[in-house]
Amino acid sequence: MSTREKGMGIGGLVLRLHLGLVLLFLYVPIIVMAVLSFNQSQLYELPFTFDLVWYKSLASNDRLIDAGINSLVIALINTVVATAFGTMAALAFARYQFRGKSLLQLLLFPPITIPWLVIGTAMLVFFFWTGIGRGLHAILLGHVALSLPYVIIVVGARLANFPRMMEEAAATLGATPWQTFRRVTAPILAPGVVAAALFAFAVSFDQFVISYFLAPPGVTTLPVAIYAAIRKGFTPEINAISTIIIVVSMGIMLITARFYRFGGER
Amino acid sequence: MANARERRAILSLTAPAYLWLTVTIFLPLAAMLYCSFLNKSPLVPTPAVATFANYIAFFTRPVYRDLTWWSLELGAYVTFFCLLVGYPVAYALAKQIKGRWREALFLMVILPFWSNALVRIFSWTMVLRNGGLMDQLIHWVAPDAPPINLLYSYPAVVIGLVHSYLPYMILTCYISLQAIDDSVVEAAASLGARTTTIFRRVVFPMSLPGVIAGAALIFVPVIGSFMEPRILGGTKGVTLGMSIEEQFMVTANWPLGAALSFMMLAIVLLLCAIGYPLVKRQTDGLK
Repeated sequence: MSTREKGMGIGGLVLRLHLGLVLLFLYVPIIVMAVLSFNQSQLYELPFTFDLVWYKSLASNDRLIDAGINSLVIALINTVVATAFGTMAALAFARYQFRGKSLLQLLLFPPITIPWLVIGTAMLVFFFWTGIGRGLHAILLGHVALSLPYVIIVVGARLANFPRMMEEAAATLGATPWQTFRRVTAPILAPGVVAAALFAFAVSFDQFVISYFLAPPGVTTLPVAIYAAIRKGFTPEINAISTIIIVVSMGIMLITARFYRFGGER
Repeated sequence: MANARERRAILSLTAPAYLWLTVTIFLPLAAMLYCSFLNKSPLVPTPAVATFANYIAFFTRPVYRDLTWWSLELGAYVTFFCLLVGYPVAYALAKQIKGRWREALFLMVILPFWSNALVRIFSWTMVLRNGGLMDQLIHWVAPDAPPINLLYSYPAVVIGLVHSYLPYMILTCYISLQAIDDSVVEAAASLGARTTTIFRRVVFPMSLPGVIAGAALIFVPVIGSFMEPRILGGTKGVTLGMSIEEQFMVTANWPLGAALSFMMLAIVLLLCAIGYPLVKRQTDGLK
């Protein structure tokens, strides 16, 4: 108790002020970018005049729209594949003791910790040699690889607190293994799987580095197209598409947070 | 030990994920290692010969020594500022703010981290450029100040990267601060330790694993960053990552790019090997 009371003193106030400033630091650039996407001026000039002109011009920008559709399709397929395979692996880790299990779990860390630049270029080299080549299929291969470790870890965390007794009870009461899975295991597992799926979607939808190396000329995902556009020079059109992306990905993570508590809070 | 039926279940459950990771991560890394010893790019149809030339180039050409040094320096700056800014936030969230507020604020801190990195870097150009938010704010306070254009400068790269990676540091420090039992702090206080002493001797050393984890999670990708310095730094703040990207996408010298990638990984591993005993001694001292 004493620490908590002390916390309300000057030190506590300073810490809270600092927290507020950090939140400003994190959000002000994003908000400025979003606001300017609704501004009429092409050169980002003030005064601010509300206009949807950049969103309208976005609607007729086929290149960005195609890239957006590519991104969505890849993210959706990635979500299904990574969630299915990842959940299966997580189930194996939670249910069975077997030799090589800790090695397999250790192997999840290279995809997370090795810089994407290295992984992306390695994929470029290997896919070139094996004839897989570049393209949307290669990008999908890469995205699933990046999503799998996250899915296995997130679903695994849910399975760690899994009441095994309930499955055993169902089996004792005469349920077949399939019935047990469908009526007992699946509902308990669901929040973890949904959270993992949303993670997987976000990983793919926001992925730039891997896609950048695996995208052949003329075929792009949204982040790659935006990068190309930024390198050519900024227009408020980029602000508009960026604002849409930020809203979508933050929205997905807010939904994820409903299913999966961050930060070990009980 | 697993019987035949169990073995089949284990195999069929883990095989899809790990086959996928083998084809997309482990075999490519092996292929890249092989590629780094070739004397010409696989794009060239004539057969290549094995050589150490790409690694020798890294050690002998001054440009790579400079690049490595600049990358390490940039990584150190970004990690340092993330710690300086992020640790107090983690401390406030773990030890000072409770209940629903903590949950909401924590989510707000983590949320940008899960949104598009490229877009967040782009958003800084709106703040830093000539006539951007920062310029306008400064001239609103001091109308006579010269025009401020931080875009395409070294500080811009540092600011953008800190913005990108700050949530990592807050998250890892938060987790280790959260794990410190309040009764330890109270015990120190009841034995007469002052607040600063408690922090210096008890809280900070106990949270060190989180600090180290955060530093590693930030330092490694910063050295390998190329998109952030390209957008915010222009030609300033060159990194190993930018050079590697160039070897693959511009000059098409894949073997050199591969060798640079592995040197980058080697440097990171070396730093971990040096850092680990130091950290271990620190944390062992607590037991």
